[in-house]
Amino acid sequence: MKRTAMTALVAALIAAPVLVAAGPDDDTLVVNGEIEMTTKAPAPAHMEGTGIDTIMSGWHFREDETQALQMDDFDNTGMIFVEQAQEVWNTVEGTEGKSCASCHDEASESMKGVRAVYPKWDEDKEEVKTLAMQINACRTENMGAEAYKYDSVPMASMEALIAAQSRGMPMNVAIDGPVRETWEKGKEIYYTRYGQLELACANCHEDNWGNMIRADHLSQGQTNGFPVYRLKNTKLNTVHGRFKGCIRDTRAETFAPGSPELVALELYVASRGNGLSVEGPSVRN
Amino acid sequence: MADNVRPRVKVPKKAAAGEVISIKTLISHPMESGQRKDGDGNTIPRSIINRMVVDFNGENVIDVTLEPAISTNPYFEFDATVPESGEFKFTWHDDDGSVYEDTQAIEVG
Repeated sequence: MKRTAMTALVAALIAAPVLVAAGPDDDTLVVNGEIEMTTKAPAPAHMEGTGIDTIMSGWHFREDETQALQMDDFDNTGMIFVEQAQEVWNTVEGTEGKSCASCHDEASESMKGVRAVYPKWDEDKEEVKTLAMQINACRTENMGAEAYKYDSVPMASMEALIAAQSRGMPMNVAIDGPVRETWEKGKEIYYTRYGQLELACANCHEDNWGNMIRADHLSQGQTNGFPVYRLKNTKLNTVHGRFKGCIRDTRAETFAPGSPELVALELYVASRGNGLSVEGPSVRN
Repeated sequence: MADNVRPRVKVPKKAAAGEVISIKTLISHPMESGQRKDGDGNTIPRSIINRMVVDFNGENVIDVTLEPAISTNPYFEFDATVPESGEFKFTWHDDDGSVYEDTQAIEVG
């Protein structure tokens, strides 16, 4: 009897830290008391067979204090970059004498819904375009200005300004039609093991989300919150910057930000988040 | 002057007399500690906000000394009791001598 009790106690002690450790919580994300975010949604049809029924924002995997930072724009440090990008939006640059506002007027109107559908097919160029590629196309072709470095802070800030106009709207990237080939390529990359550690995206973010990876919580690796203000590097981070970090951690040679491989991967990963609200700029650790 | 320094302050517009209100402040600033080296091994000079002062109707409310260990974009949140209508004045002092200011009026009634 005594022994059984002891065993049960030991079992409880062993089990307890595992139980409290890593899973997503059930909190609700409302920003500024008005933008209600969908942070859990049924998995899109193409994810059948992945074992994921409910897709979840990475917000659920963070601690309460970090979560709170995203619930108020004053506390959300990412909004500093949005403010800075708003100034850039209205600033004339390049040989054509244009600013973003010259063509697009107010970002709060013209950019509504834009973030939710990128990456998307560009009819003229006949390629899949990310938001960053479109920003640079605007700068180089329409403004005669210098392109931003793909995963730089000015780029992330402009993406944040654009993303912020779509907050609360569901991610809805197309996966059929002309983008299909790129999407399939992205999917292949997602399931390919890279690096000395031989890890695919899926090994962590599909097979082990909700578990710990050393001291950190593994999320589903959703991109609806990008660009992300990370507390660890105190700046906005782009999707490709994050991909690069992830692949580097597998001890692999990474694809370059802006490369066709990462563009394809971005499209595929974005499609796994179809239905979640656009959160960018979000706050993570 | 450090780049992109901009103070932000959040004070309620209205309060009851004697009410304790919550004030949030944040200033975007790199807060370079002076401990880091650049790619060539040269020390990156210290550049931080070293002092933040808040006054209400000319009377000092808080006066904070900031040290190099404080991270980028220093954020302060504090409570204050407001006896009467008036104006909060926020002042940040930069290592390079720059002073950044913001004021926020509050109505008590």
